[in-house]
Amino acid sequence: MPDFAVFTENLGKFFGGFQAVKNLNLAVEYGEIFGFLGANGAGKTTAIRMLCGLLMPSSGSGAVAGFDIFKQGEKIKRHIGYMSQKFSLYEDLTIEENIEFYGGVYGLARPQLLAKRQDLLQDLGLSQQASTLTHDLPLGYKQRLALGCALLHDPKIVFLDEPTGGVDPEARRNFWNLIHAMAEQGKTVFVTTHYMDEAEYCNRVSIMYQGEIIALDRPEALKKQYGQTSMQDVFIHLVDR
Amino acid sequence: MQTHIAIEHFSKNFDGVEAVKNISLSVSKGELFGLIGPDGAGKTTTMRSLCTLLPVEQGELSIVGLDVRKEVRRIRSRIGYMPQRFSLYPDLSVEQNLLFFADLFGVPKQEKFQRLQELYHFSKLEPFKKRLAKQLSGGMKQKLALSCTLIHTPEVLILDEPTTGVDPVSRREFWLILKKLRDDGVTILVSTPYMDEALLCDRVAFMHKGQILALDKPDKIGRLFPYALYEISSSAPQKIQNHLQSQPSVQTVHIFGDRVHASFRESLSAEQLATIQRTAPEPIAAMRQIEPGIEDTFLELMKQVE
Repeated sequence: MPDFAVFTENLGKFFGGFQAVKNLNLAVEYGEIFGFLGANGAGKTTAIRMLCGLLMPSSGSGAVAGFDIFKQGEKIKRHIGYMSQKFSLYEDLTIEENIEFYGGVYGLARPQLLAKRQDLLQDLGLSQQASTLTHDLPLGYKQRLALGCALLHDPKIVFLDEPTGGVDPEARRNFWNLIHAMAEQGKTVFVTTHYMDEAEYCNRVSIMYQGEIIALDRPEALKKQYGQTSMQDVFIHLVDR
Repeated sequence: MQTHIAIEHFSKNFDGVEAVKNISLSVSKGELFGLIGPDGAGKTTTMRSLCTLLPVEQGELSIVGLDVRKEVRRIRSRIGYMPQRFSLYPDLSVEQNLLFFADLFGVPKQEKFQRLQELYHFSKLEPFKKRLAKQLSGGMKQKLALSCTLIHTPEVLILDEPTTGVDPVSRREFWLILKKLRDDGVTILVSTPYMDEALLCDRVAFMHKGQILALDKPDKIGRLFPYALYEISSSAPQKIQNHLQSQPSVQTVHIFGDRVHASFRESLSAEQLATIQRTAPEPIAAMRQIEPGIEDTFLELMKQVE
């Protein structure tokens, strides 16, 4: 199998008689920012859960970080980072407790964890607020902290599920600077978003509709192919039919 | 024009923290008014206070002419409020949710089913009326939540980020519904993190750190932007941005999708434009002066209050 960060062949998932994901074919490179777009209910979350080793596919084959999606789910979990805006952090824990919790989940040794914790607090500019409840942090900080926690074990591949939902234009730009920095370090960023300006920042994007990928290419190529001036227009053109 | 929402010198403290600082604004009957601003700006506090859900200590708030402090019951029957996390009952069907809210708001029995038909008509949810709420897509859930908010035919709608997490097609559909309600005379106060939605409002207020920094029609907000703005097209916007950030003549530079917006104190001469194009690390396909938009202004105003 070629050396891709995320590779799937005809991956599918049935829930009873309902086919949530149909013939998913992906080959995402290391260091690539891959935008995984689609309408609500198109099957994105189901697909991501399969790729993260959280849900057994019904058909097809695939590998993430070189590990088999069907047989090596546990290994996949240890080699990827996952962050979702909705439920990554424990609001009733302090900032440092959240970091320690995730460090523990990812099996970091104590000295390594303490060093990582210090680095992360420093990067976030939160060294003085380490014992503040996470609940009291502004949303933009929470997101950066959640990302930091997802990266504690230095994964090669990071799955970000709507990381910027509900965030203002400035905080979204700051977050994307972090995404670009990760990609420059060679990490693969697999990201979902409903902000179509963010789709433009991806190396390639796919658009999912009713369980299938109906378009996959570089944003410039998609705009050209469908004769649209923005990814927002491409999305509406393809999905609103 | 009749004023439907009036806020005068309103301030709100939480444990000594000033969440809202002396704001005033008014929304006319049938106006679609947008509240934009970063997290923690005071938008939700303002909305919750208008909905009689928070005690008002400083300032005057009124809805359809009724004092928010004194007329709690009458106000609640005339407004619809959709909070950020609207609670639908996941184990009830679409129709059961609507009927539940109809009973909650005391919609008379003989009107109930006609009201449901009207709500189905604009939400297009009728084919899904037997589906459990938890099995709806994100866009459909938001339309159902809006329908529940509208069940008692409120005159004033207060919607707190109703489209967060909703895809572009469903968002457009949701806003077509809002425009139709507005055209029917419903007054709407809505907050949103999407700048393309702010453009669809009749007027917007930009809030930051408890204050209103701008209040105008969306196409007029750009007048507050203090510099000459240029749009640059390039296949490598990231590199163009990094390069321009180090140029002393550049005031601000931000990426907008596949474009870069850069601003300068004054409009550039043809010669200055040529120099920028020549010295760029990546080819610039086009560079032209543009009118600042709401997002350019948002980013600039936020910086000024830091």
